[in-house]
Amino acid sequence: MKAEHTRKLIVLAAIWVALLLAPYWMAPLGGYTALATRVLVLGLAAMSLNFLLGFTGVLSFGHAAYFGLGAYGAGLTLKFLALSTPLALVAGMLLGGLCGAILGLLIVRRRGVYFAMVTIAFGQVFYYIAFQWSSLTGGDDGLRGFSRQPIDLGAFKLDILSSANSFYYFVLFCFALAVGVMGFILRSPFGRTMIAIRENERRSRFLGIPVERHIWIAFTLSCFFMGFAGALYALVNNFADPRGLHYSQSGDFVMMAVMGGMRSFWGPLLGATVFVVLQDYLSSVTVNWMSFVGLLFVLVVLFFPRGLLGFFQRSKA
Amino acid sequence: MMTQLLLFNVTNGLIIGAFYVLMALGLSLILNLSNVINFAHGGFLVIGGYIAYTITPYIGFWGALLLAPPLTAIIGLAVERVLIRPLYGRDPLYSLLLTFGLAFMIEDGTRFIWGPQGKPVTIPAFLAQPLSNDLFFITGYRLFMVVVVMIAVALLFLLLRYTRLGVRIRAGTLDLETVAALGINVGMLRSLNFAVGIFLAGLSGVLAAGQLGLEPTMGTGLLMPSFIAIIVGGIGSLPGTLIGGLLIGVASGVTAVFFPAASEAVIYVMMAVILLTRPRGLFGEEGMMS
Repeated sequence: MKAEHTRKLIVLAAIWVALLLAPYWMAPLGGYTALATRVLVLGLAAMSLNFLLGFTGVLSFGHAAYFGLGAYGAGLTLKFLALSTPLALVAGMLLGGLCGAILGLLIVRRRGVYFAMVTIAFGQVFYYIAFQWSSLTGGDDGLRGFSRQPIDLGAFKLDILSSANSFYYFVLFCFALAVGVMGFILRSPFGRTMIAIRENERRSRFLGIPVERHIWIAFTLSCFFMGFAGALYALVNNFADPRGLHYSQSGDFVMMAVMGGMRSFWGPLLGATVFVVLQDYLSSVTVNWMSFVGLLFVLVVLFFPRGLLGFFQRSKA
Repeated sequence: MMTQLLLFNVTNGLIIGAFYVLMALGLSLILNLSNVINFAHGGFLVIGGYIAYTITPYIGFWGALLLAPPLTAIIGLAVERVLIRPLYGRDPLYSLLLTFGLAFMIEDGTRFIWGPQGKPVTIPAFLAQPLSNDLFFITGYRLFMVVVVMIAVALLFLLLRYTRLGVRIRAGTLDLETVAALGINVGMLRSLNFAVGIFLAGLSGVLAAGQLGLEPTMGTGLLMPSFIAIIVGGIGSLPGTLIGGLLIGVASGVTAVFFPAASEAVIYVMMAVILLTRPRGLFGEEGMMS
């Protein structure tokens, strides 16, 4: 038990050291800091989805919608309301989370494939809104004409706009904040209840747990995290894309979570790293990268259904 | 003029609805029996269309109409055997992800083989004529499509109602365990059921090719409305899927007259309203697929 605990601490320390030093070890390996920033943001999105998928056991296949809403929320705030990066982040998170809360009420009683289908279909609503409402959202071209703003810390200004490294550390700070809250929730009695529902819904119900309400809260929380990640993504690109709301983006997020390992807290981050780096590489070497990404889906499902972490843990045991 | 415009769009809606119905019935069959959401269904439609395009020069349009759907079904059968069969009994998440990846591969594959440009499929000249000058929008081909869809749907319901295979599929939808306990080969049943679903996708591919021309991405656009047709009609009910498909087709057609920008969004609004008032869809039954 003691050894297990130490091992966990070492792994945790290794993850954070790797993240903190990423701008320095990525460049020699052929990466670039902006890629690390993207990995971090998409990793946060995959972890947010996994909060619902892996820990509550509910399959949402439309989570890109809340990610995209976060992006548009942040972009629209910077473009029309206020030139403030923190405000944009809050606005994006609220937009994603609140829309998730409302739609969650409609779908929370469904399970399994039905839940998946309804989340896909409702996710597409936001895609069409972003696509059709060109006067506000820029339609097919996406939302342009905004950029992240330097952060005024009183004593000095953090220039996250032109310095890639400062921006990476800013994103890492936001990531740590979100992941910290997520970890805290999962350790709380509420988090334990989520896991209980995943393991045996019927028994949880017999124990008097209001299952629907818990699933709704988990869904809503995960949409808030998703909106936050989306808002960060808008800052990464200074751009919000309607395709970021599309169900194919949701599929990518589910894939990241599954590929890394759904049952583990950090698995989705690993999955996102592999996925983003692989996609970045494939799209630079072949026009048929879609086939390879599709093949990756098929191979992971057939041969690594428990994800990379699950695979390693099993082979060690 | 207004009535003609309305009539034009209602007809359009019915025709597009007929496509949704063919797609959605196939999806529904597979979903009900095997609990698999087949994301690659649009891909099989595209395969059907391109097969028709490839064989039309040799055996003509009528030959392609007869031959392309069964060929598509055979490809579907192979895919089911090799890729989907290992996933039965696992979390539906996995079959969803697998078919999702498969859809990518099919789209990219067709682009690789046949090129990214749209391809026309020649239809017999007499079908391309409008039926009358007043109703210029009803070409023979559109009428023909609706008739073919009607025949296909009727045959499907007859198959399910009266043949041994159909009875087993319906029984399996209700209680697969009991069906297996009665000594019926469930693996075979699922394969045949999958093939029937893909046959319908292939058929809609051939029909769509004649009307719209072919593009590697055409299946994706039809997939989501088919999902909604199933949800609106009620998961588990094939007649529900039929009504749902026609309903959303007509609804988006009518909306196109008054508020074109919302013609896609309206079907989602319909779905929301129906889920609010009838959580299981129009014909969904209590206890099915809850």
